[in-house]
Amino acid sequence: MRYIPHTEDDIRHMLRTIGVASVESLFATIPKKLRLGRPLDLPQAASEQEVLDELAALAARNSHAESHDWFLGAGTYAHFVPSAVDALASRAEFYTSYTPYQPEISQGTLQTIFEWQTMICALTGLDVSNASMYDGASATAEAVLMAMRLTRRHKIVAAGLHPHYRDVVRTYTAGLEGALVEAPRDASGRTSALPPLLDRETACVVLQQPSFLGVVEEVRSAAEAAHAVGALLVVVVTEALSLALLRGPGELGADIVCGEAQSFGVPMSLGGPHLGFLATRGAFVRQMPGRLVGETLDARGRRGFVLTLSTREQHIRRERATSNICTNQGLMLLRATIYLALLGRRGLRELARMNLAKAAYLRARVRATPGLSLPVSAPGFNEVVVGVRGSASEALQRALEDRIVGGLDLASYVRGLGPALLVCTTELASRAAIDRLVNALGRVAG
Amino acid sequence: MSASDGQRVRPESLGNAALGLAYEEPLLFERSRPGRVGYALPTLDVPAVVPEKELPAALLRADCEGLPELSEVDVVRHFTRISTWNYAVDLGLYPLGSCTMKYNPKMNEVAAALPGFAHAHPLQPVALSQGLLHLFHELEKQLAEISGMDRVSLQPAAGAQGELAGVMMIRAYHEHRGERRTKILVPDSAHGTNPASAGLNGYEIVSVPSGADGVLHPEAVRAVMGPEVAALMLTNPSTLGLFEEHIVRIAEIVHAGGGLVYGDGANLNALLGIARPGDLGIDVMHFNLHKTFSTPHGGGGPGAGPVGVRNLLAPYLPVPVVRRLSESEGLGFALDYEFPHSIGRLHGNFGNVGMLVRAFAYIRSLGPDGLRRCAEMAVLNANYLLARLRGAYHVPFDRPVMHECVLSDAKLEGTGVTTLDVAKRLIDHGYHPPTVYFPLIVHGALMIEPTESEGLEGLDRFVEALLAIAREARSDPETVRTAPHSTRLSRLDETRAARKPILRWQPHPSDA
Repeated sequence: MRYIPHTEDDIRHMLRTIGVASVESLFATIPKKLRLGRPLDLPQAASEQEVLDELAALAARNSHAESHDWFLGAGTYAHFVPSAVDALASRAEFYTSYTPYQPEISQGTLQTIFEWQTMICALTGLDVSNASMYDGASATAEAVLMAMRLTRRHKIVAAGLHPHYRDVVRTYTAGLEGALVEAPRDASGRTSALPPLLDRETACVVLQQPSFLGVVEEVRSAAEAAHAVGALLVVVVTEALSLALLRGPGELGADIVCGEAQSFGVPMSLGGPHLGFLATRGAFVRQMPGRLVGETLDARGRRGFVLTLSTREQHIRRERATSNICTNQGLMLLRATIYLALLGRRGLRELARMNLAKAAYLRARVRATPGLSLPVSAPGFNEVVVGVRGSASEALQRALEDRIVGGLDLASYVRGLGPALLVCTTELASRAAIDRLVNALGRVAG
Repeated sequence: MSASDGQRVRPESLGNAALGLAYEEPLLFERSRPGRVGYALPTLDVPAVVPEKELPAALLRADCEGLPELSEVDVVRHFTRISTWNYAVDLGLYPLGSCTMKYNPKMNEVAAALPGFAHAHPLQPVALSQGLLHLFHELEKQLAEISGMDRVSLQPAAGAQGELAGVMMIRAYHEHRGERRTKILVPDSAHGTNPASAGLNGYEIVSVPSGADGVLHPEAVRAVMGPEVAALMLTNPSTLGLFEEHIVRIAEIVHAGGGLVYGDGANLNALLGIARPGDLGIDVMHFNLHKTFSTPHGGGGPGAGPVGVRNLLAPYLPVPVVRRLSESEGLGFALDYEFPHSIGRLHGNFGNVGMLVRAFAYIRSLGPDGLRRCAEMAVLNANYLLARLRGAYHVPFDRPVMHECVLSDAKLEGTGVTTLDVAKRLIDHGYHPPTVYFPLIVHGALMIEPTESEGLEGLDRFVEALLAIAREARSDPETVRTAPHSTRLSRLDETRAARKPILRWQPHPSDA
């Protein structure tokens, strides 16, 4: 076994030192009748070559963003990843280490987290960011739990929230009597009529920006409505690149900003591992879930970084902890920090403008194509709802025949739009591919 | 040299020379220079737009102020340099107890990066994801066989989320039977995530004391078992590295009282192919794929924490559930959502898929014999360390251990040297310290888990280091108490960090 170094001589020597006769007798504390007593019924070991062949064959049965023109987003986004991200994140010093409990030999990880926290604060317009959550959906659930603790209330009002995120919030709050209601949309697709849903029982408004339908929402009025009843505003971002153009929600009144940062250099990877983030106001830091890294000095007065405020966390506070989270998404945080460092102050905006321009082009093409429509008129970032004739699944099938994954069939997610697709245009979508998509979707079924 | 070639030379004997490769590296923001770029975007092939014309002006930002401006060279050097400040499994023994820091096979990284895994989308039609669903199906079966559980869900993103799922299923089970139970029993040796996961579900925690021999005794459980108890959460082997030998009797007591038994699978590495939680009375458990099944720890994640259940809890598993289609349905796999009693969804998608691919590759590479060999060699290594260290360090519960052993600093009393100092001095010898001050029931605990990845001479070097430190605690305690001496930074002030937290970089007022 190439991962285990023991020779038979080594084993004999070690058994002698321990004072037992056999490896078997090391397990004497397990009563005989509790032992398995047979080999596990699993396939026999295979060589590296065989296992990689087997996995390559399985992988080949999945379509992916390199095998098709790709317009499917809805919470997971196909963006280009610069080569330096993979090269640096493949350094074993990063990926074969663990949570930085010993700061003297973990400064690489700790400094990276501190840099991440700083950049997330800049993008969200808030004072503190933690060191990542599992994904956008669980980050949202943790934000809701945090709001419930801060307000001691149980009602949650969701607006434009990804249906999977809504489901995860329901799962996380079920044991705590959480009650979730959803705000309606107006004819343009924007959230409307929020204030009548809010009352003194409301812990928070959870507003997705841009919304699940890709619409840019009014943050300030949502903040005012929430604050008027003593509730908090949680803004959820699933397409983190939008933050390069949109003002930090914290500046517009959001109390917690959380979501998914997969767009920043993390592969789609069939939905995980992704990168949840969560930021809040300084005043709420002690109710935050997850790890935090802070600056300090060492014994000789030199700057360094440590895990801090850990009295919030499970290993200290146990059942009174702010969350049960322990392991988070450290390696994805590293990728995103490298990505943001490469794109930087100018590149991220330029990239976001490119995404916006592609969506504008798609909208113009849809408008000019008979049989296609724009059932959601409010402006958005890089996602567009495209109405089709007939059935959306048939339209997607037509696109697939042209090797295009054309978007998400909204039928099982959102009511009241007619047959429609949620189509995402990132920098990977070329003009020619957008043209092909529009042609395929507009082609009359026959 | 007093020890072996694994020992680091004391830097003070070399002057500055030993610091030759200890790079200084400022923060990204301090390296930033206006006008530098580290990217190249393709030419825009559609008409350019002005954001102010597309979107409401009040919602737009003027600038991404706060992000750095760096060249690609700057970024590559920055992260390469700071990476050298990390200790890692690929550098040597990482005996962090309960974390199972075993070797992370390189081929698993290659497998997870295959385009059909890395660049596929969770919402693409299932007809386009059949390879993934097949892998899920196989991995679920493998984990069920390894654990003796009936069903497995791969969705939880980490061990703690697996615990959360398990506790939620326990709650759903009782509620479905019309029972409202409010308490969960947790032994005093448990990981903090156990009470935290139960607390997050609104349960009251009742702590159960371990016996004088370190294991849990049926009487202690019987004393606190009652109709209000929903479950007992148990780690086996325990965080003391001991097999809970009364587990079957304990499970019977909990079951007789109408409760369920949760198994924390953090220490499953010790049992691979030897014994199965499902055969020991466990009703629901989680796996830590980043511990037992070699997926990398990534500087703090991502992990993966699948849950296994006995059939009585299967109706409550998270959705979606992968199902192999029957012949009449056409071959292949589907995702099922219609489970009225399911606890629902825990993750935005299917969980940490990339980690599932790696774990699958690992199980396929080892097979039944290789997995059992892991458990055997991990247990051999832990017992070997215990045998060699027993003289120099106090052993609070001196009996045969499984995958890890717990020592304490009690024998160093009077020297002024504590567990923390021993841990810091180990760094000078070239090692990551063990888990310290845990489990909480051992004063000054040093919890050492060597895993099966370490060979004899590596263990001997580690033992020599710990023995040298025990001697040094008497001959030169000050050197131990001020360690580490070989790192760029030493003894960072955690009190200062917490008292007035600085949680992000801000430009110095004079730079603004």
